[in-house]
Amino acid sequence: MSESYRRTDGPGTDTWKVALFIPCYVDQFYPQVGVATLELLEKLGCEVVFPLSQTCCGQPMANSGFGHLTDGCSRLFADNFAAYDYVVCPSGSCTLHIVDHLHVPGREAEVQGIRERVFELTEFLTDVLKVDHLPARFPHRVGLHQSCHGQRGLHLSQMSELNAPDFSKPGTLLGMVEGLELVALDRVDECCGFGGTFCVSEEAVSVKMGRDRIADHERNGAEYITGGDMSCLMHLEGILRRKGSPVQVKHIAEILNQSI
Amino acid sequence: MHKAETDHATASIGFNRDEPYVDWHDETLWFVRVKRDRAARQLPEWENLRETASGIKDFVLAHMDSLLVQFEARALENGIKVHWAADADEHNRIVGDILESHGITRMVKSKSMLTEECHLNPYLASRGIEVVDTDLGERIVQLRQEPPSHIVLPAIHLKKQDIGELFHEHLGTEAGATDPQYLTEAARVHLREMFLTRRAALTGVNFAVAETGGFMVCTNEGNADMGVHLADVHIACMGFEKLIPAERHLGVFLRLLARSATGQPVTTYSSYFRKPRAGQEMHIVIVDNGRSAQLARPDFRNSLKCIRCGACMNTCPVYRRSGGHSYHHVVPGPIGSILAPNFDMRANADLPFASTLCGSCTNVCPVKIDIHYQLYQWRQTLAREGYVPAAKAAGIRAMNAVLSRPRFYQWGGKVGRSLMKLAPVLVNNSLNPWYHQREMPEPPGESFREWYLRNRSKK
Amino acid sequence: MSSREKILERIRAAGRRPPALPEIDTFESRFEDPVGKFAEVLTSIGGELAEVSGFDGLRAFLDQKYGSWSRRVSSIPGLADWTDFDLQTADPHSLAEVNLAVIQGETGVAENAAIWVGEQQVPHRVLPFITQYLVIVLPKAGIVCNMHDALAKIGPVSEGWGAFIAGPSKTADIEQSLVIGAHGARGLTVVLT
Repeated sequence: MSESYRRTDGPGTDTWKVALFIPCYVDQFYPQVGVATLELLEKLGCEVVFPLSQTCCGQPMANSGFGHLTDGCSRLFADNFAAYDYVVCPSGSCTLHIVDHLHVPGREAEVQGIRERVFELTEFLTDVLKVDHLPARFPHRVGLHQSCHGQRGLHLSQMSELNAPDFSKPGTLLGMVEGLELVALDRVDECCGFGGTFCVSEEAVSVKMGRDRIADHERNGAEYITGGDMSCLMHLEGILRRKGSPVQVKHIAEILNQSI
Repeated sequence: MHKAETDHATASIGFNRDEPYVDWHDETLWFVRVKRDRAARQLPEWENLRETASGIKDFVLAHMDSLLVQFEARALENGIKVHWAADADEHNRIVGDILESHGITRMVKSKSMLTEECHLNPYLASRGIEVVDTDLGERIVQLRQEPPSHIVLPAIHLKKQDIGELFHEHLGTEAGATDPQYLTEAARVHLREMFLTRRAALTGVNFAVAETGGFMVCTNEGNADMGVHLADVHIACMGFEKLIPAERHLGVFLRLLARSATGQPVTTYSSYFRKPRAGQEMHIVIVDNGRSAQLARPDFRNSLKCIRCGACMNTCPVYRRSGGHSYHHVVPGPIGSILAPNFDMRANADLPFASTLCGSCTNVCPVKIDIHYQLYQWRQTLAREGYVPAAKAAGIRAMNAVLSRPRFYQWGGKVGRSLMKLAPVLVNNSLNPWYHQREMPEPPGESFREWYLRNRSKK
Repeated sequence: MSSREKILERIRAAGRRPPALPEIDTFESRFEDPVGKFAEVLTSIGGELAEVSGFDGLRAFLDQKYGSWSRRVSSIPGLADWTDFDLQTADPHSLAEVNLAVIQGETGVAENAAIWVGEQQVPHRVLPFITQYLVIVLPKAGIVCNMHDALAKIGPVSEGWGAFIAGPSKTADIEQSLVIGAHGARGLTVVLT
């Protein structure tokens, strides 16, 4: 539904001017993911700009039923990003929220244009920049956690529910990283249990889901768990550190940005 | 384990106290999902089949009234008596009256979630009519006096030891016996006696064919057929949305139903009723009970396409780790969570939030109901109608106040991070639900925005 | 106003969208060897298969496998003398004693090993369920590939009742352990002619 009207044509100039949309919790708690995203895009030839008064896409409120309160965030988003040809975000779920739910009364045509130009990082690299090699090295066993909104919402990779050909944009990109060994998981795309406010309002199930996801990665020998959404990884990291596990999380931007 | 009278989150805490049990419940249901996947991959046209079934059901939703009238006319021509029940009470009265008119006080019933929804069994008991549920899983939960926890696998939450003890008490099997073959044989003997002596049998309806006035009942056990073909009176109860337009459409739905439900190519028996057998009376009760209200909700009417396969439950990572009883509704899991608020928004306001919106359910649904989209939409409706708990609503409003104001957000973030660094106990405590089983993220020295201003911005 | 009118009026008030019925609603799951596929699926669902040649072959098979059985019935005319139990009873309850029922099927479905049994094939609807063991005689030429083909071959159903029967009765309601033989027949043998 969301991908059919995404524009992937080139800028018509030598330099791709990209505006960075950084999720609020990445800005506050995982700035290194934003840094890695920016550096990676610059290495790939983009001029990267970070609109300074951005805050949040509005998803935490909307997913809690308060979509009707998000006009403030939506307007801010439109103000910050309307001027750019490409908006790139290192989060599948934030990107999906914008693509599916960005509405500003009175500015629908403008906002429709923005929704067509917002991309999650791995889909931007794959579909727009058409990256086919990366000067990156990460000689470790890595498990790829398919964050649900990116996978099933943005079709970043094929979902196991469908009888359809396999593909994975993040998986393909990780395959370009020297020394990286992608481990096979028992359940390839089960949800980690973060789910926004679900992580606290249904804490028992949320943590159980996270523990099971981690067990799958550990069973299959992952040293790192990666993915496109720091929210999932933040939740898994919380559980990993509580149990004293040596397994670490690392956002995919950080891995792809690991220069040789 | 009894149906929780508490909300899903609270019930789930109880369910999760026994982690090995949760693992067993989760793995058991995941395996049913795996079997579904194998079955789906055997049909190259699987996704086309889903799209077609979805389109047929869209047509049914749009032409429900004329299709029902057609169905009734054909059924009447074939000698079937047709009744209409506006709500659960009327449904129950109709069934009770039919039985009473024949002087029948004992009936067998095969699986019908509709009759669970209407609480038929207790109603008939109050009129002195005994109902024996003959599906093995249903009989098990009936003897335990608890509701089914899954619409296709009613006793999925029980171990064979539980059933062994139950049958020892009620059927006289050996104490300590748990062999499924032995226990099933005991149930066969016990229920065979019921089939042979009961004069009335009630079934559900898997598919009602408008074009012919006939209907299909699918079982693996043969209990529906054993009941009705020996009974003087066959009562078939259906939610009105069980219609399909034409007999040939059975091909589409029979190819999807069992594969989605259990991974079998088809149920053992797909029994098609057009006319009563000679000397028998056949009744169909067409039930509304809130379905027309759901049909009138543009965001939620697609939930009425459901063919009750249960695939959404098997794939739902939350259902597998909380169990059907946590949903306190006759139909649990993802589909239940979009049907239940229509019945009672206040009582079921928690259900659309018992989900991470992962979308797996939508993509196993054989009729392509946009379940996770409807879960999101119900959240909007429930919040607007004021059914979200006040504390949560206040928290969200506060979050929104901060996140919609750049300076407040930047300042608030900085302060929050500083406090976390200086006095971690402010968040690392038992009042913080995150902290119960997870470490909080480490607060970094600067936000990304601050890094950017230092390293890139020319301002 | 009757409930019927109330319900219909509420449905009409709900509004209608005018989608058309999907035009293509049959599909092409084709097998090069439908009989082989049927046999493979039947075995996987707990059924047994035999192949015989002609009516004599059928007779010989039944003698060899079930010759010592008592309380056997058949609705196949030529087998009347092979049976020892009268199907011409007014009361289907009396069939509770039947050990073995041999009936005729016309259409089989390769993809799921289902066989269409119409009311005409059984003098009593309960017969295929109440018998302890069931044998269905099926011509190989009656096996089609998928359910769409089967329904097209069967044509508009004119009988008062019929069923697709796929294998013996079964349940997995006790801890997902598959048990063959629930309330219907404990075993099914399909004899291909």
